[in-house]
Amino acid sequence: MSILVDSDSRVVVQGITGGEGKFHTRQMIEYGTNVVAGAVPGKGGQSVDGVSVYDTVAGAARAEDADTSVVFVPPAFAADALLEALDAPLELVVAITEGIPQQDMATVYRVAGETDTHLVGPNCPGVITPGEAKLGILPGNIFADGDVGLVSRSGTLTYQVVDSLTSRGLGQTTAVGIGGDPIIGTDFVDALELFEADPDTRAVVMCGEIGGEDEEEAARYIDERMDTPVAGFIAGRTAPPGKRMGHAGAIVSGSGTGTAESKIDALNDAGVPVGDTPEEVVDRVEDFL
Amino acid sequence: MKLHEHQAKEVFADAGIPVPESRLAATVEEAVEAAEAVGYPAAVKAQVRVGGRGKAGGIELVDGADEARAAAEDILGMELKGLHVDEVLVEAVVDFVDELYVGVTMDRGAGEPVAMVSTRGGVDIETVDAEEPDAIAREGVDPVFGMQPYEARKTVYEAGVDRAVAGDVASVVRTLYELWDDDDATEIEVNPLMVTADDGVVAADAVMNVDDDALFRQPDLAESAEAADGDDLEAKADDYGFDYVRLDGDVGIVGNGAGLVMTTLDLVDHYGGAPANFLDIGGGAKAERVANALEVVFADDSVEAVVFNIFGGITRGDEVAKGINEALAQFDEIPTPVVVRLAGTNAEEGMEILNTELVTVEATLESAVQRAVDYAEGET
Repeated sequence: MSILVDSDSRVVVQGITGGEGKFHTRQMIEYGTNVVAGAVPGKGGQSVDGVSVYDTVAGAARAEDADTSVVFVPPAFAADALLEALDAPLELVVAITEGIPQQDMATVYRVAGETDTHLVGPNCPGVITPGEAKLGILPGNIFADGDVGLVSRSGTLTYQVVDSLTSRGLGQTTAVGIGGDPIIGTDFVDALELFEADPDTRAVVMCGEIGGEDEEEAARYIDERMDTPVAGFIAGRTAPPGKRMGHAGAIVSGSGTGTAESKIDALNDAGVPVGDTPEEVVDRVEDFL
Repeated sequence: MKLHEHQAKEVFADAGIPVPESRLAATVEEAVEAAEAVGYPAAVKAQVRVGGRGKAGGIELVDGADEARAAAEDILGMELKGLHVDEVLVEAVVDFVDELYVGVTMDRGAGEPVAMVSTRGGVDIETVDAEEPDAIAREGVDPVFGMQPYEARKTVYEAGVDRAVAGDVASVVRTLYELWDDDDATEIEVNPLMVTADDGVVAADAVMNVDDDALFRQPDLAESAEAADGDDLEAKADDYGFDYVRLDGDVGIVGNGAGLVMTTLDLVDHYGGAPANFLDIGGGAKAERVANALEVVFADDSVEAVVFNIFGGITRGDEVAKGINEALAQFDEIPTPVVVRLAGTNAEEGMEILNTELVTVEATLESAVQRAVDYAEGET
């Protein structure tokens, strides 16, 4: 079992004819992902590595029975691409694009709230169910099939933790990169709910970072409603207030909202052990299993 | 990107929000002339893009040409919270009977803009929020429909603003929302909004943050961003397109991906060192970009050791190794020890390419950071 994506997912790639879209489509197919179509306005009728391209997402969904989209569209046009995917409709939309203006995302977020579609991202590495399918830019070779769920705001930090999990024989059910932007679709609580409902996920790792209050809300959810054990990591303990640390969403406000300390305290209070190093997080997962 | 006060006030004035009469000055002479023109009492205000300027000595009230000269001499050229003051805004002081707070910001959790009004103006609004959250009236705005007039009115009346100025304040709220919407602001506020004895309102300060990711469609504001007053190293890193933040420590850090770089900083601290910077080279970096990153980190004189940590997804270890070799080959003597840890895509190829006479190679993130901390402390 897994969450969000598996070998039955039928994937349309938005922006498949661009450099990144083309490269990662090939990687996704090599991993075994069932990529059934591409969607690029004006490029309908073309083919990329044997994948048929359609002018619209709705057209791709109709012709190829697609239920999932991965979006590699450049930031200026990405919100429109996401709205198109939400309108198709699809079950899952994964937005890889980094740098989408916040106001555009506010509109997308508002529209996504009125659909049953899971929106993941933007500014995320994607979603992978090891051995079944990967959506996005995650390096497939470091993942292994197993019973640990992983949800993270950061790409490379996810790889660091997964590499360590895998090398210690702890495979993963599904890993979800929720993205480093201030406004994202699926948040920690959404992902944790899905893992809690998945009988094969026996432990969860959540990697948070400074900025916002998502981790605090996750702590409340874990405390009140979750039985599956969770181990945590929070990046940005040494970040100064008022400075954006790479991710648009990774910023401690002047008054001290969004600090690592607040998040670590909230998680500890909810019974979630928080590692001082990525290795320590994996130690805690080992303890659970 | 944060605008300077004078830039934000120009935007506000163009949109019809009353602001005090003011002039920008870059020299003491200009400042005195400006004070004579706007009249006394006047305020001489450092134009640096950081909060708390008053407490840090960046704002002086003057009542006459001699005082204006003295204030300008004090403030121009001073270092304020690490930033060099190149310009002052000389502004007429407003007679007021009340100070309000008015702002529009992005509510991250709700994914929508929120308008805020409070009668506790003139103090740090985040302190008010922490101590007395009910003193701020809030109204979430549906970004699809935009702010309705009633939403502005409701916020103003619920905040308990004096009825005599409620209409004017509501109009400021609506204008701020329009600016927020039109100019891709992420945060826009007037604190304080002065209420005058004749029931007028004047924006005595102006804060406006514009979404960096929207500058491509805000050419005028992007131009304002050019007039930066930031740290020289931050400006250089910006030219190379790196996410870079300078810190106080002596262990330089280069990595890929925001979360992993933040983690590397945290580990430096965890093992008893102090990080000198955050530098994210981004995804898929080629050799030249890697060399540029090392150049930026070495340019910081306080750096005593560098840790280079790459976990390759789309970034390839062999490219990174090539970049490190090329960058270090340019030096007769390498400025500080460099510790490298490569993992992920093509990491093994990278390890083979790395010139181990120039760098120390470590297998794990933890050991690489520990080694760099040791080097920074003078151990070899």
